[in-house]
Amino acid sequence: MALLALLALALLLTGAAYATVAPETATAESASSVSEVEAGRQLFVVGCASCHGLNAQGITTAGDEDEAGNYGPSLIGVGAAAVGFQMETGRMPMAQTAPQAPRKHVEYTQDEINQIAAYVASLAPGPARPSDEELNWQSVDKEGISEGGEFFRTNCTACHNSVGAGGALPSGRYAPTLKGVDAIHIYEAMLTGPQQMPVFSDEVLTPEDKRNIIAYVKTVQQQGNDGGLGGGGLGPVADGLFIWLIGIGGLVGFSVWIGMHGTRSKKR
Amino acid sequence: MSQNTFTRVEDSPTGKKLAGPVGWLDDRLGLAAAGKKNLRKVFPEHWSFMLGEIALWSFVVLLLTGVFLTLWFDPSMAEVEYTGSYAPLYGIDMSAAYASTLDISFDIRGGLLMRQIHHWAALLFVAAMIVHMLRVFFTGAYRKPREINWMIGVGLLALGMVEGFAGYSLPDDLLSGTGLRFVDGLIRSIPLVGSYLEFFIFGGEFPGEIIIPRLYMAHILLIPAILLGLIGAHMLLLVYHKHTQWPGAGRTNENVVGYPMLPVYMAKAGGFFFIVFGFLALMGALIQINPVWAYGPYNPSEVTAGSQPDWYMGLSEGLVRLMPPLETTWFNRTWTWSVFLPGVGGLGVLFTSLALWPFIERWITGDTREHHLLERPRNAPVRTALGAAGITAYVVGLIAGGNDIIALKFGLDIFAITWVLRFGLFIFPVIAFIVTKRICISLQRKDNETLTHGWETGVIDRSPDGGYAERHAPLPDTAAYALTGSRERLPELEAETVHKSDAYGVRNPDYRKQSFRQKMRKFYYDGSVDKPTSHDMDHASEHLAGGGEHPVVLGDDFQGVSETGVPRVH
Repeated sequence: MALLALLALALLLTGAAYATVAPETATAESASSVSEVEAGRQLFVVGCASCHGLNAQGITTAGDEDEAGNYGPSLIGVGAAAVGFQMETGRMPMAQTAPQAPRKHVEYTQDEINQIAAYVASLAPGPARPSDEELNWQSVDKEGISEGGEFFRTNCTACHNSVGAGGALPSGRYAPTLKGVDAIHIYEAMLTGPQQMPVFSDEVLTPEDKRNIIAYVKTVQQQGNDGGLGGGGLGPVADGLFIWLIGIGGLVGFSVWIGMHGTRSKKR
Repeated sequence: MSQNTFTRVEDSPTGKKLAGPVGWLDDRLGLAAAGKKNLRKVFPEHWSFMLGEIALWSFVVLLLTGVFLTLWFDPSMAEVEYTGSYAPLYGIDMSAAYASTLDISFDIRGGLLMRQIHHWAALLFVAAMIVHMLRVFFTGAYRKPREINWMIGVGLLALGMVEGFAGYSLPDDLLSGTGLRFVDGLIRSIPLVGSYLEFFIFGGEFPGEIIIPRLYMAHILLIPAILLGLIGAHMLLLVYHKHTQWPGAGRTNENVVGYPMLPVYMAKAGGFFFIVFGFLALMGALIQINPVWAYGPYNPSEVTAGSQPDWYMGLSEGLVRLMPPLETTWFNRTWTWSVFLPGVGGLGVLFTSLALWPFIERWITGDTREHHLLERPRNAPVRTALGAAGITAYVVGLIAGGNDIIALKFGLDIFAITWVLRFGLFIFPVIAFIVTKRICISLQRKDNETLTHGWETGVIDRSPDGGYAERHAPLPDTAAYALTGSRERLPELEAETVHKSDAYGVRNPDYRKQSFRQKMRKFYYDGSVDKPTSHDMDHASEHLAGGGEHPVVLGDDFQGVSETGVPRVH
C-alpha cells in the first residue's frame, strides 16, 4: 500500500514538474506569426515527423534506385492548402499504411491545423489556402454553373463519376465521393492534387473555373432527386440489382400467388 | 333460383340484345367456329408457366410507353443550344436527341414517368425472358416437338438485347455514348472486316451524324416488328403444341389437364397484365433510372466513372474486363484478340450453345419421342448441373462487369476482384456443376426412398423394449405417379459398347463418332438413379402392408398428424 502511495506521489510530482517546464501551446489569437510557425513546428515534430521527417524533408525507404520509395513524402513547397485539405478531412495523420488515406475523424483542432499549415507554408512557397472570395460559389450565375459542368465532365467525371459519387482506381485506390465535401476542400484538392489526384494549378483551371466547378457540383448535389429514389449515382449496376430483386422477385411472387388459386367453379 | 340452375347466355337479357351484332360479326368473320375451339383451349396451371407472361406483358408496356416517347423524341444529332428548364445544363451545346430527352424528362407532363417506366420495362423484359428460358431449360420443355419454339425464344432473347441496347443509345447522353463507343469497339475488333463494318454502320468514323437516326429506325420499327412477328409465332406454336404440364393425377403425355382459356385464363392472364403494369408503374414512379441529365451530353473526349451498360449487356462488358491482353502478329499485321474473343466470342458462344442445346442433348440421349410432360430438374442431373454451371459463368461475367462499383462499395482492390474472377470464370462453374449434380442425385434417391418406403407419417411407435420408430405409410397412387410419371428408365449403357471392327475384322467406319457419342452418353447418365422397378415396388408394398409389428393399423383415409401430434383426419 505504501509503495502504491509513493508511486502516485512520484507521478504527481513528475507531472507538475513537466507542466511548469513544458512550452505552452500557442493560440491563434495571441500568437504572432513567428510563434505560430514555431508552435506548428512543435506539433509537426510530435505528430508528423515520424513519416515526413524532422524537417518535413520526407523519408525515403532503402533500396535500389527503382525500389526506393516514399515512406512519407517531402512537404517542402506543398503549401498551406495541402495541409488544410489533408488535416481538415482527417486524412492526415494516417491511422495505418494503406493504399490510400481515407477520410476520417479529424484529430487536431482548427488552431493546431492552422499552426501546422503556417509551419509548412514557411518552409518554401506553395499554394496558399483559398480566400472566401474564391470559394463564394453561391454567387455563380446560370452560365457559370453550366460552364463549371463542362469543366467537371472534361476533367473530373472520369474518376469521380458524373454526380461525384466516386469511382474505383487500381490496386485498392479510389476517387472519393464529393458528397458532403466542403467547398474549400474541393478547391484545395484541385489546387494541390492529393494522393492519386492530378494537380489543377491556377494556370490550368483559373480560380474562377474552380469556383464554377464547385458551383456545378454543389448545385447538382443539392437539387432534388428527380425521378425518385436514386441508386446513389451508381448507374445501371444498381438498376440491374433493382430489376432482379424487386421486379423479378416481386412478380414471381405474384405468379406463385396466382398459380396457387384455382377457380371457384361452384356457384355460391 | 335453386343452386344448380343457370340461365343460358342466349336467353339472358344481355344475350338477347347482343345476338344481333354478334351474329353480324360471325356471318362475316366466322368467329363462332374459331372461338368455340380456341376459347375453350385448356392450359395447365403452375406458377412457373407465368414467367414468360411477365416478358409478354412488359413488352406490351414497352409498346405503350414507347409510343408516348416517340411523340416528343427527336432522333437527330444536329447541334442545338439547350434552353430548357434543367438549369445546370443551360446554354450547353448538345444534340437534338439529347435536348429532346431532357425536354421529355423536365418539360413534358408525365414524360419522366413514361421514360422511367419504359426503361424499367426494358430491363424487366430481358430479365423475364431469361427466367422463362431457365424454366423451360430446367424442365426439359424444349424437347421434341418444341425445339423450333426454343430457337425462336433464343432469337427473341438476342433481339431483345439488341433492341434494349439501341434504346439505351438513343438519348445521346454521356453514358449512352460511352456504351455506343463500346459496341463500336466490338465491331472494329472483328478481324479483317471490322473497320469496314464500322464505317458502314456509322456512315464514317465514330460517332458521325447518322447513327442515332439509324438506331432509332431499328429501335422503333425494324426490331419491334421482328419481335412482334416472333412473339406471334412463339404463341401460335404454343397453342399448336399445347402447353407442357407437370406429371400428376390424370396427366399423361397425350392430354392436357387444366382450365379453359375463357373465362379462367382470360381473367388470370388479364389480371397479371395489370399486375405487371402496376409493378412497372410503381418502379417508374418511385425509383430513379438512367438520370440522363446527370451525365451531360455525349462528347467522345469525356467519360464518367461507373460507366456501365444495362444489366443484360453486363456479360460482354465483364468478359472484356476479364480478358488479359492478347495479340498476335501475322503477315506483318497486328491482330488483337482482347476485345474480339470476350466481346463478340462470349455472346456468340452463349447464343450458339443455347440454340443448339436441344439438338446436342437429343444426339446424346438418342431420344426421338415427343415429350409433353415436364421433367423435374433432379431427374436430368447432368442437364440441371450444366444449367447451373452456365448460370454461374454468366453471373461471374456480370459481377466482372460491375467490378469497379463492387471495389468502391466494398472497399476492395479492383485488381484482386479481376484476378479472382479470371480464375473463377473457369473454376466456379465446375464447382457448381459438381455440387448441383450431387444434389440432383441425392434428391432422386430421396424420391426413390419415398416411393419404396412410403412417406413419414409423424406417428411414433414405441416398441416393448423401449425403441422408437416412425411409421411410414404407402404413398398414394397419385403422388407416386407424380414422382415417376415423366421419369424414364435409364438406358443400359454397358450393353452399347462400340467396337472398332466387327467379328469378321471389318473396320467400323463410324467408330470415332460412335465412341465419342458413347462417352457423352456415359457422361450424361453418369450417377443418375433409375426409378424403382415394379419388383422393387411390390417388395416395398409387401413390407409396408405387413403391419404385424404395428399395434394400430393406419386407415386408408389417414393423412398424417399435425405438429401437435393429432391426426389430420379423424
